[in-house]
Amino acid sequence: MRERNIRSSAETGSGSGGTGDEPVPFMQRLLDNHWLLLLLGVAIPAVLYVIWGVMEVAQIPLAQ
Amino acid sequence: MADATLFRTCPDTGLPVHLPAQRLIKANAVAGVLALALGGLQGLMVALTRWPDLQLLPAEAFYTMLTGHGLNVLLFWIIFFEVAILYFASAILLKSRLAAPNLAWVGFVLMAVGALTTNYAVFQGDSSVMFTSYVPMRASPLFYLGIILFAVGALIGCFIFFATLVIAKDEKTYEGSIPLVTFGALTAAIIAVFTIASGAIILIPTLLWSLDLIPEIDPLLYKVIWWAMGHSSQQINVSAHVAVWYCIAAMVLGAKPLSEKVSRMAFLMYILFLQIASAHHLLVEPGISSNWKIFNTSYALYLAVVGSMIHGLSVPGAVEAAQRRRGFTRGAFEWLRKAPWGNPAFAGMFTSLVYFGFLGGISGVVMGAEQLNLIMHNTLYVPGHFHATVVAGTTLAFMAITYLVVPLIWRREIMFPTLAKWQPYIFGLGAAGISLFMMGAGTLGVSRRHWDINFTDAALSFSYPDTAFLMMALNGLSGLLAAIGGVMFVVIVVSSILFGKKRGDDAAETNPVIGVGGGQAVASYGSEGTLKLPGTMILVGVFFIAFFLYYWVNWKYLSEVWPLS
Repeated sequence: MRERNIRSSAETGSGSGGTGDEPVPFMQRLLDNHWLLLLLGVAIPAVLYVIWGVMEVAQIPLAQ
Repeated sequence: MADATLFRTCPDTGLPVHLPAQRLIKANAVAGVLALALGGLQGLMVALTRWPDLQLLPAEAFYTMLTGHGLNVLLFWIIFFEVAILYFASAILLKSRLAAPNLAWVGFVLMAVGALTTNYAVFQGDSSVMFTSYVPMRASPLFYLGIILFAVGALIGCFIFFATLVIAKDEKTYEGSIPLVTFGALTAAIIAVFTIASGAIILIPTLLWSLDLIPEIDPLLYKVIWWAMGHSSQQINVSAHVAVWYCIAAMVLGAKPLSEKVSRMAFLMYILFLQIASAHHLLVEPGISSNWKIFNTSYALYLAVVGSMIHGLSVPGAVEAAQRRRGFTRGAFEWLRKAPWGNPAFAGMFTSLVYFGFLGGISGVVMGAEQLNLIMHNTLYVPGHFHATVVAGTTLAFMAITYLVVPLIWRREIMFPTLAKWQPYIFGLGAAGISLFMMGAGTLGVSRRHWDINFTDAALSFSYPDTAFLMMALNGLSGLLAAIGGVMFVVIVVSSILFGKKRGDDAAETNPVIGVGGGQAVASYGSEGTLKLPGTMILVGVFFIAFFLYYWVNWKYLSEVWPLS
């Protein structure tokens, strides 16, 4: 039922929040939260790539 | 609250256009095209030098041109144009005023001063450190300072975009969710923030090192962090040009994404995982564990690849659905045969999609596999790959949308329309040739950065197979073809802006550039909601077969160059 309402919302071009009483699904709320997306888009690669990568380099023993 | 006198209504799209935003879009697009003209000329000289029978430039000039080429086209052209796209996708598509136009001008001036400063440093001849500028090679402090200024300006542009989203939401200029093109631009802006932050982390210390204020920079540390900027900057391109594909399909054909939700999920995959593809540049570095390398490439990167595959289905699928709505329903491919191939905006968009997917996408996944990477790492295969993504993909897509921007934003007719019809094909073929032949030469082992593949002054002689020399000659010819296409683009655009016939309000009827419903489709949330797309499914099947075969061939090749018994 909820899926049908979401589809209806998308097809009419109203997107989230355009249908009044229906609860907005979690994923749509996530995708509409631009600041949270910014946080995730910076934090995830910062941790997985930069911080983890710098830790790898920092653990290389210095030549004697 | 928006001042109504600062808006005009576009007769073609029906969208209100914020005039300060329009001026900024123009300024950033012009700066981008100037950077493209200079960087493209430098690229031609690089290609003609790499053609062994010509070897146009001496070694020092070659590295100077290679450095300038990389910076002008990979950073300055692309990011100037992307800032223009951010302002278009926020202020224009959301029917909003642009946040803080004066601050946006400060950002533009910083970017322009930064680009000029870095170019000045490069042309001085003492900063031929190439785009990557690996330490301990040291450039002039002005080289790093220019890039930092440019990055700060671009960061201002990103936050102007975010602030415009906030204004549009507060002032209720749109309902519900932002349109998909704006969401694609949001993805590009988020990746840009990560990119610029990474650049600041490594380039500010490097500037201090070049001023002798810091004794040394660890080369491996530099590489890890620099690539978070260097490769992620190209991921901004991917997000932006995918948004441009959706934008052109919507404006020219009134096409909506097959499923707005699914396409937004694909962009989310980019936001979360695309940046870490940077790790493929470090796959042969000693000292970094395979855990880090494999997680960041062969595992998490594939989530972003899934996003690209979704777009690869959704964009041609949206075109097919729109064409079928217009009555082109015979067989699997009438929609494709009768697509507007004479419209340079559509032709550039669709060929960019094909080149990006088949050449750039497949080769990127192959390079991202740690084992396969061994057979092409630091060879010409790498620039071959990114010429497929950035030149045949991004640049061609940006050229394509320029054919809409000039009539809609400048209100000028495109001059030399016959030339304009051919331009995307000529430039695209040249760019695809560069990519293919560089990848071919790289597969045969030709080094990525060496001026002379004959190694004429080397103590120990070495020669590549004859086929490698043929590849380099074909690369030179392709470079010439791309340069001709590039010159055509610059001539058409500059002439149209300066001397093109003014586009009156009745031009939307007499000479339309927007398809029926195009303005509504691009600026609203909505889906086609169908998967009855036989032609697109066949095309996607062909893509997967090509993908599988190329992947398999490379494993076969690896087994031959690296025999295990």
